[in-house]
Amino acid sequence: MATTRLIVNGKPRELNVDPAMPLLWALREQLGLTGTKFGCGMALCGACTVHVDGNAVRSCVTPVGAVAGKHVTTIEGLSSDLSHPVQRAWLQVQVPQCGYCQPGQMMSAAALLTANANPSDADIDDALAGNLCRCGTYARIRKAIHVAAELARSAK
Amino acid sequence: MIFPSQQRFLICVCSTVLLLLAIVARFSPHALAWDQANAGNNEKSLLAFRAVASVLTSPRCLNCHSSYDGPLQGDDNHPHAMNVRRGVDGKGSSALHCFACHQAENGKTLHSPPGAVGWQLPPAKTPMAWKGLTMGELCRALKDPAKNGNRSLQDLIPHMDTSLVRWAWNPGPGRTTPPLSHDEFVSRLKEWIDTGAACPE
Repeated sequence: MATTRLIVNGKPRELNVDPAMPLLWALREQLGLTGTKFGCGMALCGACTVHVDGNAVRSCVTPVGAVAGKHVTTIEGLSSDLSHPVQRAWLQVQVPQCGYCQPGQMMSAAALLTANANPSDADIDDALAGNLCRCGTYARIRKAIHVAAELARSAK
Repeated sequence: MIFPSQQRFLICVCSTVLLLLAIVARFSPHALAWDQANAGNNEKSLLAFRAVASVLTSPRCLNCHSSYDGPLQGDDNHPHAMNVRRGVDGKGSSALHCFACHQAENGKTLHSPPGAVGWQLPPAKTPMAWKGLTMGELCRALKDPAKNGNRSLQDLIPHMDTSLVRWAWNPGPGRTTPPLSHDEFVSRLKEWIDTGAACPE
């Protein structure tokens, strides 16, 4: 056990856990942020995607010790009022079917739009290739990312 | 005054003397010893390179040193699952960086992501692609700063001691290791360089 200090969704937090504990466990079990989902536990499906210092990472294989002092953003931290362009686009396009993978899809989409404000279909496919959806909502995800890009541009 | 016939005679004598001197010098014990040492070095260098190449062409090295626009996986060098791309800096695409999944250490279970500090591919500008090269081509690519990441021969040695290269000998469960130990690999690399870094045809 050790104390790890980090910033989660803009708030300073302390985690008194084994530094080898996966970040996903700490977020869900210690901090109660259950929006981030457990899928495969081996970084193969993308359901557990969060941001660390703005970059998408798989929280199921990221040890708590590796994020000490860093900024972690979960799906709950995109915005509290559904105002983030990705949240608005997901609602507008009605992307989810079962919804289980969608927090990870949205976090990858948000990371992509931060790096690339006007992604092409190929950019989207490359960036989200590691986020699997068993319902097959890929076409709606791609459409929603284009909508989110447009919403972000029109808000400026 | 020298007559033309005397001139021809002198030229002939001088040429003969020079030729004899050249033959004596060429076959003197010192020259023969130098030849033998050089030939031995060349042979040693080629043998050392073959040992080095056995590691460089192992799957743990080739899976990153390929001309494919992304990493490869497995001992059959198949494209990385999830269509992972190289990216400009070799660290993945904007929302799917290598470090999204690959940590500083290996995952402990079979098929979990391997990891090491500095996990990345060669950058797109200098992909250092070795897959498919003949031994001679690989050797020349390794020596060419335009193809080896702007490294001198001596610079190759510390690269082989980085966490990422050393990972090949500790690749995590289910992955094969190169045919030589890391110590032997580095030793043969130094031997190749010290003996003139000879390349096969």
